[in-house]
Amino acid sequence: MKVEGQIRIPSGCAIAAVISKEGKKMSGEKIIDSMKPMHDRSNGLGGGFAGYGIYPEYKDFYALHMFFDQRATRKNCEVFLKERFEIVKSEIIPTRKIPSITDEPIIWRYFVSPLKSVLASMQLDEKEFVARTVMQINTEMHGAYVFSSGKNMGTFKAVGFPEDVGVFYKLEEYQGYSWTAHGRYPTNTPGWWGGAHPFTLLDWSIVHNGEISSYDANRRFIEMFGYKCTLQTDTEVITYIMDYLIRRQGLTLGEAASVIAAPFWSTIEDKTNREDKEKHMYLRTLFPSLLITGPFSIVFGFDGGLMALNDRLKLRSMVVGEKDDKVFIASEEAAIRTMEPDAENIWAPAGGEPVVVRVKDGAF
Amino acid sequence: MGVEFIYPEFEVIRNDNRCIACRVCERQCANEVHFFNAERGVMMSDETKCVNCQRCVSLCPTRALKIVKSDCKLRENANWQDDTIKEIYKQANSGAVLLSSMGNPKPFPVYWDKILINASQVTNPSIDPLREPMETRVFLGKKPDKVKRDANGKLLCELPPQLELSLPVMFSAMSYGSISYNAHESLARAATELGIYYNTGEGGLHEDFYCYGKNTIVQVASGRFGVHKEYLEASAAVEIKMGQGAKPGIGGHLPGAKIVGDVSRTRMIPEGSDAISPAPHHDIYSIEDLRQLVFSLKEATEYKKPIIVKVAAVHNIAAIASGIARSGADIIAIDGFRGGTGAAPTRIRDNVGIPIELALAAVDQRLRDEGIRNNVSLVVGGSIRSASDVVKAIALGADACYIATAAVLALGCHLCRTCQSGKCNWGIATQRPDLVKRLNPDIGSERLVNLVKAWQHEIKELMGGMGINSIEALRGNRLMLRGIGLTEKELEILGILHAGE
Repeated sequence: MKVEGQIRIPSGCAIAAVISKEGKKMSGEKIIDSMKPMHDRSNGLGGGFAGYGIYPEYKDFYALHMFFDQRATRKNCEVFLKERFEIVKSEIIPTRKIPSITDEPIIWRYFVSPLKSVLASMQLDEKEFVARTVMQINTEMHGAYVFSSGKNMGTFKAVGFPEDVGVFYKLEEYQGYSWTAHGRYPTNTPGWWGGAHPFTLLDWSIVHNGEISSYDANRRFIEMFGYKCTLQTDTEVITYIMDYLIRRQGLTLGEAASVIAAPFWSTIEDKTNREDKEKHMYLRTLFPSLLITGPFSIVFGFDGGLMALNDRLKLRSMVVGEKDDKVFIASEEAAIRTMEPDAENIWAPAGGEPVVVRVKDGAF
Repeated sequence: MGVEFIYPEFEVIRNDNRCIACRVCERQCANEVHFFNAERGVMMSDETKCVNCQRCVSLCPTRALKIVKSDCKLRENANWQDDTIKEIYKQANSGAVLLSSMGNPKPFPVYWDKILINASQVTNPSIDPLREPMETRVFLGKKPDKVKRDANGKLLCELPPQLELSLPVMFSAMSYGSISYNAHESLARAATELGIYYNTGEGGLHEDFYCYGKNTIVQVASGRFGVHKEYLEASAAVEIKMGQGAKPGIGGHLPGAKIVGDVSRTRMIPEGSDAISPAPHHDIYSIEDLRQLVFSLKEATEYKKPIIVKVAAVHNIAAIASGIARSGADIIAIDGFRGGTGAAPTRIRDNVGIPIELALAAVDQRLRDEGIRNNVSLVVGGSIRSASDVVKAIALGADACYIATAAVLALGCHLCRTCQSGKCNWGIATQRPDLVKRLNPDIGSERLVNLVKAWQHEIKELMGGMGINSIEALRGNRLMLRGIGLTEKELEILGILHAGE
């Protein structure tokens, strides 16, 4: 049977997220709890979390979280990394043995900084260099896989139910100002840890619920720009699209949302604000191949904030709630109530309407 | 007679019990097949002249007529088939090149018919186009590589010229001269009503049709017939015709007999002179010359109109398209070997060029591999026969489709493949006033609108089934396609999986 990456595997899912606008730190416990009432939205074949602000002592270094199939692969990969990066710390990611999580690969993390001489000779900026290196390891180095590569953030994922994955990775020991979570219901048995969410590149992380019908149109477009969709998952392609639009094209979050969940032409035509109308006409005409159709709800994590977005028909459930400095996002209200029983202003954002939450400047 | 005789291809079967000798068939047949025998008081026919255009059949008030293929056959021979032998006779009789019309009729594989479309089940909802918006609008033209902003960070919303289509279907080039005034009027009016474009072909634009200019693509071909400042200015886009699917590598020849009255004036050549389009453009002997013509036309139209380069699908099409994509052209139109024509040498029509499905797949992939797919839009034709062909073409990577044979069928063409005779009984491929007036542009344009609207409904249904509510998300979405009965190589070129994979 073909595994994920050799074949495209659709899946349904549960997502949840929490962020403190004040930048107050929270342990991973709450976000683990949020996944419990949504247990039936996953099938035990994938779960994961992303935490932001979790590595304050290494915040100037890229945190590479990696899976290796064997020790030799890790050794080879470390040689490769040393040619490109200064490695300030390398260690096993701490986990606890629990019966529900088995067959784990070798899980390691490196805090690195690109070598200036290499950057200069390749004429690349730091982020582009890191992105390309990640892409290179994931496509060319058999048995090695980078599943997190941002600064002061990290992804933790596995095959299993999300609440078990959180316990496995000891997330209660991490403190972050924002967390996202994902439980997966793939329609096949990938049996491979890389296929779980969140999917990340640099500081971007995405948890996603849905199956996009535009997948191959999006993939074939984005692969023109050096991205390689090795997993063939929606989440992967959405992450690359966001990276392309925001980092490489310089769009704002809102503009990027207007590309991937573009308003209908009729909605654009009815707009009375000329500038707004022009902008939407422009973005839709310029990036037709990055429109995403089919059901999706995503939480897009970035340095200092989160964005929640639904497909333009709102074919997947997603609700948002607030309490004090915190904003909660989840597939179901029950998940929000688990994190905060007194959550207020619970609402369901309209299809294509981005909800952007940022931590106030200088809060972390 | 004797050695020159070739038994007629068709038989006219007249049911004498039904025939009332009203002589409609006689008046309708420009080929003069039917005649009245006054002595016997019955209608008779000369089958040697019949082309099986079905005009008499369609107009016979008592349904007394049918045309059948003759069963008078030469002795069977798998190698020397009937047609092959008769073509030898014809050439031995005439010493000439064989001519024929419309697309390649030979039994080559039709890849559209070996490709199946996906639909959503369970993991992803299908969308009902009657209840939800379903978008088919597309923009053709160059898409810049980089977003630009002003000093204040505001988006600069300027794009190179784009053609906006309400659905990705346009009427392909058919010149005034090869088809009639009324056929052109029907196409122009239908394109305007539908919010799409029709293409003048290489015969210029009749002054009466300048009013449809914003839905008109004007063509500049090797003969440069009817090309002048106002012609270019009247258009929405300019197409440089390098080649045509039905006859790649050769030019065109409209006989002097068709260069009459307005056709002569519109083409800007004397009445009765043959209109000969050279095989190449004599100012384009290579790709760098094409670039010069592209920019000459851009200069002439002040960079306000997209420039299309139309080429026939030939063996090396991917490399050719890559060259064109770097020539400054905004749109590449590729015409497959099944594309129609008003007249082509039979050997060329039936043996030169490649299927559009393979050409499209190869070109789209090549342009993506080179990272220049955004430089151009891709329009494909020859032949697109239905809404499902359109959907498959878009999913393989086309931005839009050109249709012409389907359009003339809607106008009444019965595909008898004898356009070159100029005696089209349906008033399409003719300049004889008595025949032209048989095509009423009010009805013709309505039938074209009906056809395209029907296709639009079907496209929306197919998209909705796939859970796609905008055609942009279908473009190049090859995972929505599967091949059936295709070899590994064919699948590799098409870039699709086999059914069951």
